[in-house]
Amino acid sequence: MPEQTTTLELRINGERRVVAFPTHHTLLEVLREECGLTGTKHGCELGECGTCAVLVDGRPVLSCLALAAEMAGREIQTVEGLQEGNRLHPLQQTFADLNAAQCGYCTPGVLMTAKGLLADNPRPSSEEIREALSGTLCRCTGYHKIIQAVEGAAALSAGEDWTPAEEVLHGTRLPERGSE
Amino acid sequence: MLRLPPFDFHTPGSLAEVLEIVAGEGPETRVVAGGTDLWPNMKRRHQRAERVVSLMAIPELAGIHAHNGELALGSTTTLEDTVRTRVVAERFPALARAVASISSPPLRNMGTIGGNICVDTRCTYYNQTEEWRRSIDYCMKEKGTICWVAPSSPRCWAHTASDSAPVLCALGARVEMKSKQGERIIPLTDFYRDDGIEYLDKAANEVVTRILIPDESDSTHCRSSFWKLRRRGSIDFAVLSVAAAVWTDDGDRVTDARIYLGAVGSRPLPVTGLAECLEGKVLDEETVSEAAALARKTATPMDNTDFQAQWRGVMAARYTEAALGEIAGLEPRALPPPHLL
Repeated sequence: MPEQTTTLELRINGERRVVAFPTHHTLLEVLREECGLTGTKHGCELGECGTCAVLVDGRPVLSCLALAAEMAGREIQTVEGLQEGNRLHPLQQTFADLNAAQCGYCTPGVLMTAKGLLADNPRPSSEEIREALSGTLCRCTGYHKIIQAVEGAAALSAGEDWTPAEEVLHGTRLPERGSE
Repeated sequence: MLRLPPFDFHTPGSLAEVLEIVAGEGPETRVVAGGTDLWPNMKRRHQRAERVVSLMAIPELAGIHAHNGELALGSTTTLEDTVRTRVVAERFPALARAVASISSPPLRNMGTIGGNICVDTRCTYYNQTEEWRRSIDYCMKEKGTICWVAPSSPRCWAHTASDSAPVLCALGARVEMKSKQGERIIPLTDFYRDDGIEYLDKAANEVVTRILIPDESDSTHCRSSFWKLRRRGSIDFAVLSVAAAVWTDDGDRVTDARIYLGAVGSRPLPVTGLAECLEGKVLDEETVSEAAALARKTATPMDNTDFQAQWRGVMAARYTEAALGEIAGLEPRALPPPHLL
């Protein structure tokens, strides 16, 4: 069967670009291969890990299970569009401050899903953050830092002071430096 | 990259165009809505299509409307929109809970309620990569001739994987399908067949357009509940689900009760014998335990998904107790494992 191709104007991170791609390619493939936006990662590619999450019209969706051909007229946001100029997005700032990214492979999906959550619910509870991020697997962090970082970003976005909780190890505070 | 095989893709703007394209076509033409079931299945080469027709560009297929004593769920309403629709959450809380438990939040922004009732049946020997399935020889659900779960079985035992289906069956919902020949509306319980391969009473040229839930099943008329068992609290498919709906009279005596079990049969299984067990009685510890024993008898878990089959059968009784106990307002009992949804 000759491959059907589609040429479409996509709106990605506020930029319009005309992209030609094989019609059966997913948004993930087109973002990474045709558009060169490799910030969006490919994980399971079956909708089970969440690392490919991007925002489409403000809602987190799995780009591995969306056809690019269905994206006409829709606003796509990827992790590349998160920062403004040289200024990090509050989520990027708190993720960096807390080391909430370790290997970093799940991070683009987590950041975009969290951005979708904060747009919908600017001050989510810890439980709401857990629920919103429950589609994203992270094999490094144990999630605590990720949840703290999203809480921090919500506070910073609301213009509040925020200091990360003190480092804990197995539920007990680490000894003060120099106290031993 | 795990890529889709090439196919011709159509996104018509009207249902008439869709029906025209699928008319007279066989299984090589497929209809897609959210794609969260079809695309993974096509990536793993479980399901094939030369032509795929999307329903997502047809505005009138999405949305939820009260109509003629029924609540009509448009088939391409996303799962998230279904949960967020106040009338669903208020009048059909068990449905809202079931839909909110499907997979994960980003997937619920894509998957649709019509797609969920049609979701493919699942099995350990089927939901694997092409290489894995080839290496042990294909099973009868895809290409092969044998059922690896029950090798002497003449039929496929893949289990129903829809979370909304058991609830909608318990609520007495009907499904509307359209084709070029016209439309038909059938009870959802008749929509499902007891077969892992031919699990739907739907022809390739028929498109699910609406799901209709009668007002007699809403929270002013009946009490309903949904409980689901799976290893993780998100992403995983159910290995068991229990949907219960109970109607009572002024004296709190049961006038009608329906329980459907998900993931322990090829279709949502109705628990039989409930009428003799519950009607005219008040739900209490004793009657709930009796109904739970009936659920254990109904469940036919096979060794085709996560957890031991026999344990899933035992849990069918425990989770039925939990669902009915919640309806009756009984003291909740501890259940292993601790995550509910």
